Amino acid sequence: MKEITYCYDGSFDGFLCCIFESYVRKEIPTAIFCDGDPFPALFPSCFIETNAHHARRVFCKVKYLSPYAGNILQRAFLTCMPEKEIFLYRLVERLLREGPSFLRRQTDNTLYPLLTAIRHLQNEAHLLKGFLRFSDLNGVLGSEIQPKNQVLPLLQGHFCARYHQERFFIYDRTHHQALFHVPGKSVLQPLSFFEMAPPDSQEAHYRLLWKRFFDTVAIRERENPVCQRTHLPKRYRGTMTEFQEATEFKSPGSPAAVPAPGVPGGISAPERLLGSEPSVPGSSP
Amino acid sequence: MDVLEKLTILTDAAKYDAACTSSGASRPAKAGYVGNTTSTVSGCCHSFSADGRCISLLKVLMTNFCVYDCKYCVNRRSNDTRRTMFTPRELSELTLQFYRRNYIEGLFLSSGVLRSPDYTMEQMIKTLRLLREEYRFNGYIHAKAIPGSSPELIEQLGLLADRLSVNIELPSEAGLRSLAPDKTKGAILAPMRQITQRNLQAREELMKYRHAPRFAPAGQSTQLIVGATADSDLHILRLTQGLYDRYRLKRVFYSAYVPVVEHALLPARDVKPPLLREHRLYQADWLLRFYGFRAEELFGPQQENFDLRLDPKCGWAITHPEFFPVEVNTADYEMLLRVPGIGVTSARRILRARRSGALRMEELKKLGVVMKRAQYFLTASGRMTQGLRFSRESLLSGLIAAENASLPQAEGVQLSLF
Repeated sequence: MKEITYCYDGSFDGFLCCIFESYVRKEIPTAIFCDGDPFPALFPSCFIETNAHHARRVFCKVKYLSPYAGNILQRAFLTCMPEKEIFLYRLVERLLREGPSFLRRQTDNTLYPLLTAIRHLQNEAHLLKGFLRFSDLNGVLGSEIQPKNQVLPLLQGHFCARYHQERFFIYDRTHHQALFHVPGKSVLQPLSFFEMAPPDSQEAHYRLLWKRFFDTVAIRERENPVCQRTHLPKRYRGTMTEFQEATEFKSPGSPAAVPAPGVPGGISAPERLLGSEPSVPGSSP
Repeated sequence: MDVLEKLTILTDAAKYDAACTSSGASRPAKAGYVGNTTSTVSGCCHSFSADGRCISLLKVLMTNFCVYDCKYCVNRRSNDTRRTMFTPRELSELTLQFYRRNYIEGLFLSSGVLRSPDYTMEQMIKTLRLLREEYRFNGYIHAKAIPGSSPELIEQLGLLADRLSVNIELPSEAGLRSLAPDKTKGAILAPMRQITQRNLQAREELMKYRHAPRFAPAGQSTQLIVGATADSDLHILRLTQGLYDRYRLKRVFYSAYVPVVEHALLPARDVKPPLLREHRLYQADWLLRFYGFRAEELFGPQQENFDLRLDPKCGWAITHPEFFPVEVNTADYEMLLRVPGIGVTSARRILRARRSGALRMEELKKLGVVMKRAQYFLTASGRMTQGLRFSRESLLSGLIAAENASLPQAEGVQLSLF
């Protein structure tokens, strides 16, 4: 058996093409890497071109054998699991060899690590439905999150339904991706850099009110930081209004105030981004 | 007084209410309305305060003026605190702006009794009407029905809110007489009965007419204070069970009494709130609602209170050795649920997984079974966990040791090595 590693462009279609190519070339990759990942070049590596037609053929076959497996494939691809590609490859390989019956057993060694990763993804998405915080930036709601998994596709439905008449965006710092929404239309697209504009006076006022509510509602006699940490791990707190210092809520009083580093001229970045949105290719609802 | 100050005072007065849930109602987004209520079973927690309790609703009082003088309450007439009141518009604005920023799932509106129960309810209804009709708020609203108010007002409140609650607070009539002389058992139970009946009626109507108005679609809940009176756990759980059976309550909340006042009839101020006891009662409450237990089963013949070192399910399992061991590959769902360490989710997973072949002991952990508890009570294909030896006494100490790590506070007996 020849040791071979595959390299692809990081998209879901690209990954499916890796599976396609491995069957065409009759070889089993020992690892599948995303282009740009640092990986040890011990073994010969080969770059797989993405071909939408090949990808669709692979995905249709998987869904035909088991819709559940198709679902696993889509969701596990969004997780932060290390080497998820090779785990998914083995799942598909086994599915094609044995048929879908092994998927019924949750403790199966091929399936279990993937299910654990998916649970982590869904759990994080569920928590972020609550922990995400919007700021009102001149009528546009803006938010930043820093999740481990790629949760935006899972959050899209929830937030677009809830704030259906608002214009909003959610920026994912980890994956440099943003969800934009205007009434009736929403789009997910890559966004390499973004920094929130400082709050205006009304926004600062509501942040202060919320922080005060949060601090007041705790019963001092029952204080329990361990319990709080279990339910609300510290890694979420960086982007949550109530855990920021009240001094950060001050609006820059005069127009001459120095903008935060990275904020272009104090204007709110989202306005420009939303303005340019209709010209983005593939901005379908 | 500005809104910030009002919010501080009225949150401070409302914080002893335990209920903060946003589950049970599912209302999709509508054009022209703000927001929706999510249909997930678990609700949505937006934050957790320093005491570890979930914050999902903006929990405030309409006013903390009160004509009553309940001994245990911070808002009693005789207490010297600052009093204030929200105007309906202030509160609506606040709710909407918090909701837009995804701080909250909705509003939890309660109130002290200003002038009379009816007058207070009218103020609350005015606020909710403004919020629902003018601001077109479509999110979750939990409203407190004031005991002693007229049925017409409760009817109106139920049509505006998702969930209603009437707090029983003191679990026995004797406690009520001594600590809350202005309230009677009848005045508390009458609105509860009305809400139950009206809710059932609305459900029936909804089956016949598609646009029939919904009355408190997320049902009703109540709260009991634990530790202010001498009521036993058995008494509290019997009461809870009665409420679930007869009044179809969605939830009963327990609130460990935090001493806020020096009074001859109440625990002294330096007494710590009985948090562990509250925790055990919640565990037992889950056993009643999801695990098919009855309140009487959980206590031995002469037992009135829980052994605080053990969770109620382990306590039951130890006193009923005739049920065990349970065979994981053949036992039915109800039997699996009675095993300590197996919950609703893991029992369902076991049922699903064993269809494709016999389960082995090592696989159970992957299905979410807590083996440090379950190992003593399970066999897989007739075999127990390999190398496990225990007697009745070591079983008890083993279960207590398994529990000790996760206790909310350092209580329980120190285990000796020898």
